[in-house]
Amino acid sequence: MFYRLSGVHHANYVSDSRIFKVPADRNLAAFMFLIGIAAPFIIPSLYLNSYMLPWLIWTSAALGLNLVTGWAGQLHLGYAAVMAVGAYSSIHAARFGVPWEFALLVGGLTSSVIGSLFAFAALRVKGLYLALTTLAMQFAMDWVLTHSPAISGGSHASLQSPTLALLGQEITTDTGFYYVAFGWCVLVTIFMLNLKRTGLGRALVAVREKDFAAAILGVNSFYYKILAFATSSFIAGVSGALLVATFFFLAAPEQFSVAVSIQVLAMVIVGGLGSIIGSYLGVALILLVPGIVNGFVVSLSDWLGMQINVETLAHIPNAVYGALIVIILLIEPLGLGKLYGNIRDYLMVWPFDQFKK
Amino acid sequence: MDWVFLSELAINGVLTGLLYSLFAIGLVLIYKASSVPNLAQGGLTMVGAYVVLALSHDAGLPLWLAIPLAALIMFGLGFGIERVALRRLAGRPVVMILMLTLGLDIFLRGTTLAIWGGTSRSMELGVSYDPLFLGDIFISRIHLVGAGVALALFVAFMLFFRTRTGIKLRAIADDYMASWSVGISVERGVGLSWALASVVAVAAGVIWGEIQGVDQALSLLLLKGLTVAVLGGLDSILGAVIAGIILGVVENVGADFLDPLVGGGSRELIVAAVLILTVMIRPHGLFGRHDIERV
Repeated sequence: MFYRLSGVHHANYVSDSRIFKVPADRNLAAFMFLIGIAAPFIIPSLYLNSYMLPWLIWTSAALGLNLVTGWAGQLHLGYAAVMAVGAYSSIHAARFGVPWEFALLVGGLTSSVIGSLFAFAALRVKGLYLALTTLAMQFAMDWVLTHSPAISGGSHASLQSPTLALLGQEITTDTGFYYVAFGWCVLVTIFMLNLKRTGLGRALVAVREKDFAAAILGVNSFYYKILAFATSSFIAGVSGALLVATFFFLAAPEQFSVAVSIQVLAMVIVGGLGSIIGSYLGVALILLVPGIVNGFVVSLSDWLGMQINVETLAHIPNAVYGALIVIILLIEPLGLGKLYGNIRDYLMVWPFDQFKK
Repeated sequence: MDWVFLSELAINGVLTGLLYSLFAIGLVLIYKASSVPNLAQGGLTMVGAYVVLALSHDAGLPLWLAIPLAALIMFGLGFGIERVALRRLAGRPVVMILMLTLGLDIFLRGTTLAIWGGTSRSMELGVSYDPLFLGDIFISRIHLVGAGVALALFVAFMLFFRTRTGIKLRAIADDYMASWSVGISVERGVGLSWALASVVAVAAGVIWGEIQGVDQALSLLLLKGLTVAVLGGLDSILGAVIAGIILGVVENVGADFLDPLVGGGSRELIVAAVLILTVMIRPHGLFGRHDIERV
């Protein structure tokens, strides 16, 4: 049902290496794209601004982390620091008078350079030790950020972002911000969709599975690890810059603290390593569900006439957020993307092949 | 150069370092038995401290009763966490286990604060705040007590690893499969290591809670604990103690030199630098087992 394979025959390599092999996938993607374009006209501006916009930007950031963790298999617990580098350098560039298009590029490239430093840790160690090193690097970068007023913007440690302007148009409305985020998210998604059918993507997967084995096959794992870190850092940098330019409007060090790094990693893992639709779902779950649960608890306590302590209410979203990570990992370690895949596989052959189990 | 001042820094560094070891022993116990990096140790420490507070201040029990009771509760909690969460992910890639423990950490922190609130509370162990003078050297009493607890725990674990159960744990640490095949219950052993680590978390929570107050900041010890554990070698308890002393001294003396240069707060930077350097130069730490990877 829905995902019909009937009539799908690959007679040549071009058709076999298409992005969407099943028409239903293509139709679904096109449908989602159209909804994305129509969103400002369907969704009230408050929800657009406070849910859709951060969802799209965090998704693009999570896709960048998925590139290095899901595709290349390198653990990264310092992703927020890389985002901070991009955000701060593009805002400084924009304040200096560089047009925003180039300022974003500057942010991305600076992130790439700094982010590649993490790759040098990846060349020496992997797995747990890599995670710990990147965590330590995150702490070091946080420290540099908070202790250098020249970067973080003086005694209040906050930096006002100048008005975003792209292609000569000043962007000030919620709809405008939304389209900027949407455009970036679409770009990153197209890049990631294409990644798995290029030589680069296959090389990254080879490095993930076993870097020694990849090296024996002639894949230069040193080069591809650095490339993975640099590319993902570029995405991180631009996403960080856009996050500040369209959502926070003010850059502060705690927006890119170690907790944020953990959060992005949680989004990627809950979504599913190496899964693109999973990243969308994972970000939605981690970003939106704790708030929804909290609202639910508030209305429930009102309905029951109970008084819940303000402090308790303040910490419930955190508890829910932790519990979500644990529960999803216990139900399906491969994440929401895998759950979606299971449903898709089930529907693909429905109503046949249902009696085997 | 003021030698008295320097030795005061060093001695207090040793004592603080032993307190880091107190925290790190919990990490090492779990890593030793199951190769799981327990990033939830900070959360466990916080829960331990809050349980002691709940029993002593809220329920009115005397401390000598509250602490063992809290240790018992945490023993059960540790067992439970391993049974419910960790066992089902055994054998999965490290990234998922890492994320699971991070999720547990967030969950434990959130739940603790949701139940008991976020305002900092004091432990009131009854250790005097009067400084102790050793010649001209100023020593804090509570640090001394904590260092004593850390050393006592170290000795206790050294003895424990010579008992029958301890030998089983060592066998599990050495080789999962081989232990299984000779009839050791690996699951129970790993569960026991979690339970013991949770008991250590109570000790760390009580001492650190007395020093800096019981609040969310207790879970921030994680970076220092991890650094100590990695520097000592993730599967060596002796390593954790020695590395704790090293980190404490380096941090205390180094911060004194660096702080005037960078304008304060260089402790975190030193800890991060020690962690990065350790992993870059000697990933298996001072006393850890050097695993050779085979293709």
